[in-house]
Amino acid sequence: MPELMYREALNQALAEEMERDNRVFLMGEEVGRYNGAFKVSQGLLDRFGSARVVDAPISELGFTGLGVGAAMMGLRPVIEMMTWNFAILAMDQIVNNAAKLRHMSGGQLRCPIVFRGPGGAGGRLSSQHSQALEANYAHFPGLKVIAPATPADAKGMLKAAIRDENPVVMFEGERLYAIKGEVPEGEHVVPLGKADVKREGKDVSIITWSRMYYFCEEAAQQLEKEGISAEILDLRTLRPLDEEAILATVRKTNRVVIVEEGWPLAGVGASVVDLLQSKAFDHLDAPVHRVTGLDINMSYAANLEAAAQPDAPKIIAAVKKVLYREEG
Amino acid sequence: MATPVQMPALSPTMKEGKITKWLKKEGDKISSGEAIAEVETDKSNLEVEAYDDGYLLKIAVGEDQMAPVGAPIAFIGEKGEKVEAGAAAPAPKATSAEAPKATPAPAPMAPAAAPAPAPRAVAPVAAVPTPPRREEVEGRLRASPLAKKMAREQGLELAELQGTGPQGRIVKRDVEAAMAQPRAEAPAAPALRAVPAPAKKPAFIPVPFRAERQEPVAKPISSMRRVIAQRMAEVKPGVPHFYLAIEVEMDAAMKVREEAKALEAKVSVNDLVIKAAAVALRRSPKMNVSLQGDQVLQFSNVDVGIAVAIEDGLITPILKDADQKGLATISGEARDLAERARNRKLRPEEYTGGTLTVSNLGMYGIDQFIAVINPPHAGILAVGAVTDKVVVRDGQMVVRKMMSVTLSGDHRVIDGAVGAEYLRELKALLEHPMRLLF
Repeated sequence: MPELMYREALNQALAEEMERDNRVFLMGEEVGRYNGAFKVSQGLLDRFGSARVVDAPISELGFTGLGVGAAMMGLRPVIEMMTWNFAILAMDQIVNNAAKLRHMSGGQLRCPIVFRGPGGAGGRLSSQHSQALEANYAHFPGLKVIAPATPADAKGMLKAAIRDENPVVMFEGERLYAIKGEVPEGEHVVPLGKADVKREGKDVSIITWSRMYYFCEEAAQQLEKEGISAEILDLRTLRPLDEEAILATVRKTNRVVIVEEGWPLAGVGASVVDLLQSKAFDHLDAPVHRVTGLDINMSYAANLEAAAQPDAPKIIAAVKKVLYREEG
Repeated sequence: MATPVQMPALSPTMKEGKITKWLKKEGDKISSGEAIAEVETDKSNLEVEAYDDGYLLKIAVGEDQMAPVGAPIAFIGEKGEKVEAGAAAPAPKATSAEAPKATPAPAPMAPAAAPAPAPRAVAPVAAVPTPPRREEVEGRLRASPLAKKMAREQGLELAELQGTGPQGRIVKRDVEAAMAQPRAEAPAAPALRAVPAPAKKPAFIPVPFRAERQEPVAKPISSMRRVIAQRMAEVKPGVPHFYLAIEVEMDAAMKVREEAKALEAKVSVNDLVIKAAAVALRRSPKMNVSLQGDQVLQFSNVDVGIAVAIEDGLITPILKDADQKGLATISGEARDLAERARNRKLRPEEYTGGTLTVSNLGMYGIDQFIAVINPPHAGILAVGAVTDKVVVRDGQMVVRKMMSVTLSGDHRVIDGAVGAEYLRELKALLEHPMRLLF
């Protein structure tokens, strides 16, 4: 299986889907001539032309609205956000139009559209450009929210998102784009709404998604040396949550740590905790612990930025807490 | 404004109390004078009454939790009123009721040398320690949902498991540890109840052999045990004891008992001893004293304390004016006091006062022992079993029913000669019970 970077996997998915279905087009800032701010659309303009790879002005609300309209009229737009921080400007189109059209038109209108771009902290980009905003979108009925961690999932889920009949919000990551992994060639579609056990374990379940998966993996490897077997469940889709997979892992290990980059209040992890307490109460041997981004605005200083984010030592500490193996 | 209900001082020695039961729940309407909770003091269980009308807004101290005297245990106020967050935390307050010096002070906690074994058909070897009940310790039993479910499925009593999680929480590994242990059918510990059965033959209870050695189990100290420990640690160095022992021939007294049976009156040896001890006290006023502070209180009434073994301790209810009461009355009252002591239903005035304690371990087959004085009492009689013994009478060896009585006296207020005269009187009364009539 070829090893690709996350951005290359996305590029492959876009090209394959544009090849497969001529209603699919890509629009966003610098997706064309510049080949994408993060080079996800490398070569696509040359290959598919300016009608299907559209450079948009710096006007998120405007081009997102164009995309929603195009989807209503039968096309299958992929709207690239340079980062999700900028998409806050476009939120009205995503939330008030894309998410609601099917419902408000009594099924007469459809909105098969993908909004995608990087979320989370990049690196010394300060408060306005370092936000993990997936919980915001996961809040809205009518949207699907996905956040793949690996190149293979990125390809397979983007393909599934483009083929989906409903609006899908996809969180990638500036720090994910260069990560390499094996990616199946050709028709590799990962169904939305399915979590994935990325690592089997028996003592504790670490539930996570997106870039945090890599910290969890690092923590799990270290824990293994201490004789603690951690299972990692990558949610991949945040809306709808894969309840079965979540309940299955807690039934197996009885202890859960949730790791998410975003802020603690009303985070996706909080909803997972709610699910656990209501549907897996009798399977819990310890209170669920969450490792989240600190409840503060992100600092520019590198040391403060690092301190504000989850990392392997924080995850290890949380695991020991739910295993009642805390030191001291 | 919400009014706090404070932990009342229900006995003179009470410093803190444990809520054993809430009789009302949050939101209930309360009238003043109504009992709202039951409290276990160092002595007994008593009810706490509300002094205000209103609604029980908040319970600040849960069942099985301790609170110092004066600390708010609940709040009463208008319906729906909010209790300030800060107010709910029970703040220890020193409001211990100080007994005026001249009054007969708090009573007798416990003649310690005498603590009788737990009243149960005792099989000393097999005495299985009651497992610690964590509920009693920390207010509630903590267990993870999974541990609860596993214990339920395994038929394990959570209360018998040792929790190793935070704050003693019982978690999966604790249930697994319990499951791994051979389930020795522990002899169901009979509930401690009523009449201390005279130790006949120790019942045979097999001791399960356990291959694994067990760690000692840390067991929290009960309020009563704490008070006993404190007081006894003070009494022995603080009260200079002297001891006088005497043998009493009980043949005549036993005959009285037999004759009482014919009258369908149940009179025990101890009832006779109480009666005789009281009459002797009436005749030896120098013994009927109590040292309190720098005063010696001379009593004119004769009140005798009876040491009663109860679960995890002992208590000394007072049989008042015992010298003036007939044996049937003494017998009935003693039985009633002992019964209510075991159920922790004694009222404070029922274990306060007196100058002398009678502690009897005869029913356990103890021949002779020495008891620790129970201040402010000036003395304690340690009464042994009535046994057939060979004694010399008129130069001949004969068999008589003998009983030993050992007096421990407080040498600060009574002297050896006073004690000796008292014992001689007691002996004479028991050996010639007809003298009790005069």
